[in-house]
Amino acid sequence: MRALTWHGTNDVRVDTHPDPEIINPRDAILKVTSTAICGSDLHLYDGVIPGMKSGDILGHEFMGEVVEVGPKSTLQKGQRVVVPFTISCGKCFFCEQQQYSACDNGNPVVNQDASEMLYGQPMGAAFGYSHLTGGYAGGQAEYVRVPFSDVGPIVIPDGMADDDVLFLSDILPTGWMAAENAQIQPGDTVAVWGAGPVGLFAVQSAVLMGAAQVIAIDHFPRRLELAQKFGAKIINFEETHVREALMEMTGGIGPDAVIDAVGMEAHGWVADNVLDVIKQKMAPGADRGHALRQALLAVRKGGRVSVPGVYGGMLDKWPLGAMMEKGIQIKGGQTHVQKYTADLLRRIQDGEIDTTFLISHRLSLEEAPEGYKNFHDKQNEWTKVVLKPGGVA
Amino acid sequence: MAHDQTHDDAPKRAQRDDKDGDYAIVGRSVLINRPRSELFAYWRDFTKLPTFMHAVESVAIGDGERSTWTIKAPAGQHVTLETELVDVIENEAIGWRSTEHSQIKTTGHVTFTDAPAGRGTIVTAEIAYEPPGGDVGRLIAKLFQAEPNIQARHELKRFKQLMEAGEVATGAYTNSTDGEV
Ligand SMILES: NC(=O)c1ccc[n+]([C@@H]2O[C@H](COP(=O)([O-])OP(=O)(O)OC[C@H]3O[C@@H](n4cnc5c(N)ncnc54)[C@H](O)[C@@H]3O)[C@@H](O)[C@H]2O)c1
Ligand SMILES: [Zn+2]
Ligand SMILES: [Zn+2]
Repeated sequence: MRALTWHGTNDVRVDTHPDPEIINPRDAILKVTSTAICGSDLHLYDGVIPGMKSGDILGHEFMGEVVEVGPKSTLQKGQRVVVPFTISCGKCFFCEQQQYSACDNGNPVVNQDASEMLYGQPMGAAFGYSHLTGGYAGGQAEYVRVPFSDVGPIVIPDGMADDDVLFLSDILPTGWMAAENAQIQPGDTVAVWGAGPVGLFAVQSAVLMGAAQVIAIDHFPRRLELAQKFGAKIINFEETHVREALMEMTGGIGPDAVIDAVGMEAHGWVADNVLDVIKQKMAPGADRGHALRQALLAVRKGGRVSVPGVYGGMLDKWPLGAMMEKGIQIKGGQTHVQKYTADLLRRIQDGEIDTTFLISHRLSLEEAPEGYKNFHDKQNEWTKVVLKPGGVA
Repeated sequence: MAHDQTHDDAPKRAQRDDKDGDYAIVGRSVLINRPRSELFAYWRDFTKLPTFMHAVESVAIGDGERSTWTIKAPAGQHVTLETELVDVIENEAIGWRSTEHSQIKTTGHVTFTDAPAGRGTIVTAEIAYEPPGGDVGRLIAKLFQAEPNIQARHELKRFKQLMEAGEVATGAYTNSTDGEV
């Protein structure tokens, strides 16, 4: 099969690989019909996530048709399914708490060693996202092996287009959980850093959850315009002092909840970020926390900080005093995708959530390297890229 | 500046001095979301040990509850171990120790206790062994990634995966590739 493969920093190519096979009883094999490039993939592309090997197949946002099933799969050949990016067993303590991304049974035991040392406990597993999370081949490919296919994938009713449901695999539940973690109360102002796909779904979710005012922060006008569609106010951080603006837009108390949908590669020509960029270039494992620092300082006393943006290592100049003295609550985490898919599918069917507004480009799988390059270099125009391994209709 | 040692509640394997005479102690606890009886029954059948102990190639059951274990050692070698059962308590504990027909001296036991609030079972395995060739042997073993402590951790985690998920996770996507790391 053909598959988008990582070869090193800023070097991804479409190569030929063996077709995947059923290995464990609960496996299924999908023929991928649609798969997206995620902001998380850009962290791999930039080489800031450790544990990558040349030859790894990327892609954790995908859907397709079931073509083969193991003896313990409950799927049937021919079904169309969307697959959560988190590989979760559905049976362990964490899965029973619906903390699916914390599942202990998806990550092969040897692969758990590194993150257990780094974080105190091992990470869960994900598709196409380094050997720290299992070394699973991803879905930016013609075919993909899906473990635990009896509990993860969600079957899509006939008549719904791929593009309507594809983002159930990650960014829609991620934006939704980000808003949920912001614990929105009536009257709240919610500020969202990053108007990328995750930030845009967080904005949409925060509006649906009843926030009185949602403010999106970015520096790309086109992305900010997309946030305006949902009634968000916008701040362009290249033109405006973000913290001052947020104070002035909240009667001087600061936003009740803040969401960091930027992650470890914050943009910005400011002192703390410049130092972080240098550190990240010198050694893996260093994060760039400019957006998160700003969010922590902006949030009101007693407010809530939600962190869907991905961080992997260590950060200094962490405003620890602000966290303690202001009495802030912080929640983060890889998304518990399986917890949200059924509810969000219904909301898409009911027309409550718009899922296609952010798709700017549809490409064939062979064009995936261009997709990476442009999604990385031209973020204003390239807001979300969907790949069609079967060819673009 | 000598002072009395505190007798804290940590198990021996978690203490800085993890030696008991000549024996080094390794061990680990895992929480498994299954009833005690089921876990006990699976472990009690030693022929199934290779499904989660990848260093053990096979276990043959002989007379009088003695078992012969064939263990992979560094550099393609094999170590044979004969064990006898000790202190087996139905649904609670299984112990074993090497007999005089073994190439290494070891003793191990695994206990199964109810986790609080219906969380399943806490399985604790503790293995004491005389390091092959003392500390030098242990160092060599470490070089071959077969450090007993790491092995014990991996084995218990595989046991957990098998019992909870019904299968051991692998990142491989074809049957001919290795799916760990
Ligand atoms: N928690 C999860 O499970 C999960 C899932 C998916 C993605 N993510 C993470 O969420 C983050 C965003 O993903 P995405 O797909 O939207 O990525 P993206 O790269 O498309 O978007 C990030 C946006 O942040 C903006 N930005 C950069 N620096 C900023 C700053 N200082 N202030 C305000 N905005 C700034 C960028 O201009 C860009 O528009 C990434 O870190 C990604 O890895 C997490
Ligand atoms: Zn993603
Ligand atoms: Zn689980």
